[in-house]
Amino acid sequence: MIGEHSSKQYDHELETIRSKVLLMGGIVETQFLDAMTCFRIGNVERADRVIAEDDQVNQLEVQLDDACSHLIVRRQPTANDLRTVMATIKVITDLERIGDEASKIARTSKSLHGRGAVGINHYEMVRTIATATSDMLHDALDAFARLDGKQALQLIAQDAVVDHEFRMIMRNLITFMMEDPRTISSALDTLWVAKAIERIGDHAKNIAEYVIYVVEGKDIRHTKPAAPIPDLPPAA
Amino acid sequence: MPIPIPTVSQKNKTIEISGLNFFYGKTQSLTNVSLDIHEKQVTAFIGPSGCGKSTLLRTLNRMYDLYPGQRAEGSIMYRGRNILDPGQDVNMLRAKVGMVFQKPTPFPMSVYDNIAFGVRLYEDLSKGEMDERVEWALKKAALWGEVKDKLTKSGLSLSGGQQQRLCNARGVAVKPDVLLLDEPTSALDPISTAKVEELISELKQDYTITIVTHNMQQAARCSDYTAYMYLGELVEFGETDQIFMNPARKETQDYITGRFG
Repeated sequence: MIGEHSSKQYDHELETIRSKVLLMGGIVETQFLDAMTCFRIGNVERADRVIAEDDQVNQLEVQLDDACSHLIVRRQPTANDLRTVMATIKVITDLERIGDEASKIARTSKSLHGRGAVGINHYEMVRTIATATSDMLHDALDAFARLDGKQALQLIAQDAVVDHEFRMIMRNLITFMMEDPRTISSALDTLWVAKAIERIGDHAKNIAEYVIYVVEGKDIRHTKPAAPIPDLPPAA
Repeated sequence: MPIPIPTVSQKNKTIEISGLNFFYGKTQSLTNVSLDIHEKQVTAFIGPSGCGKSTLLRTLNRMYDLYPGQRAEGSIMYRGRNILDPGQDVNMLRAKVGMVFQKPTPFPMSVYDNIAFGVRLYEDLSKGEMDERVEWALKKAALWGEVKDKLTKSGLSLSGGQQQRLCNARGVAVKPDVLLLDEPTSALDPISTAKVEELISELKQDYTITIVTHNMQQAARCSDYTAYMYLGELVEFGETDQIFMNPARKETQDYITGRFG
């Protein structure tokens, strides 16, 4: 936060909201990483934990919405404070959805590994997109914590890479399914997971857009990206 | 501090202030203030106590003339003339640029005469025309319904909120071009405040309004343009939404977010 308010209590309220958002961000980031581990090795316990953590995330969303309403009614925030509150309300919605997507990945992993026969190298298929997305999510939370507009802009450009990767995965999976219909069920599960990862990338991008709104006061949603799209990472 | 460039220029200007300096004796209280007041728009002046916002308002109808040792330099163009020009007819100016003060100041006379008094100075109306004018002004000020049965009662018998609206009606009755409101609601309860604010948005159909307020939410609600002043200088001037959502200057942001001092 830039400078301190004449009212220390106001500073305290804003700081409480901010640290709770970061806590929520930390939980969903762990949820996502755990969900990907489940998808890779099929750890049922961990999958259940990801699903259980979703309750906590939902609770935080409700609490933070409430805290923001209270702040608005008590303080009538303006300028950067107003933008921070507006952005927070939106960020927590995206974080909650990321939690939902992570739970979805955990559930799909349970059923995929529960059925045994996997047939395709499912984790290898999504490894690149998962890494890119987890970087994006981490950067988005980092940019929000430090109010770093530059970092936010960079990761927004990264979303195109994730989208591109998702289309590649889809083409690959279609090929598998056409060649061997026995792979269809696991290919579909893998596709759902890839889609969930791609959505998490979108949510991370949204968070980055709100960071830019807070920092610069510019609403860049639904506009063409200003920064050039970086080169695709080398396929490993 | 660089001279801020007003960000708006499309609308018609009623008053153009440029290079305005103001002195209370040897103390300079306005330094090189330049801004335009737009026709049929509400312009709010905000800033901490002593920043010069009331002084600026008071230069717009030469209210400072009443006090010795106060002088203004620069130009305030209104209808092609410099208001600060010694040859300016101050009485006509104040008929065209009316003022309503922070505390309600009804005259110790009837509600009717409070309104009619100013009108009689400038116009020679018949009884019927005067009745119409008084009713019109009281309706404009959203007070008619409350006082129509006690027009002969003393203006001082009204409640604080009603007195303030009476003063608004008095200001409107002489049909000015510009209304200067100096903290018009600081002594009023929320309901009377809401009525005065409603009146402001009603009046801007016909008048150019300038308001000084300490209540920033009021400036955000009522005004089209906002000027932030500090230590006698104009720090930022722009459209109200922009000032309150995304001010260009850090000083403005610190003040409106309550990070000041």
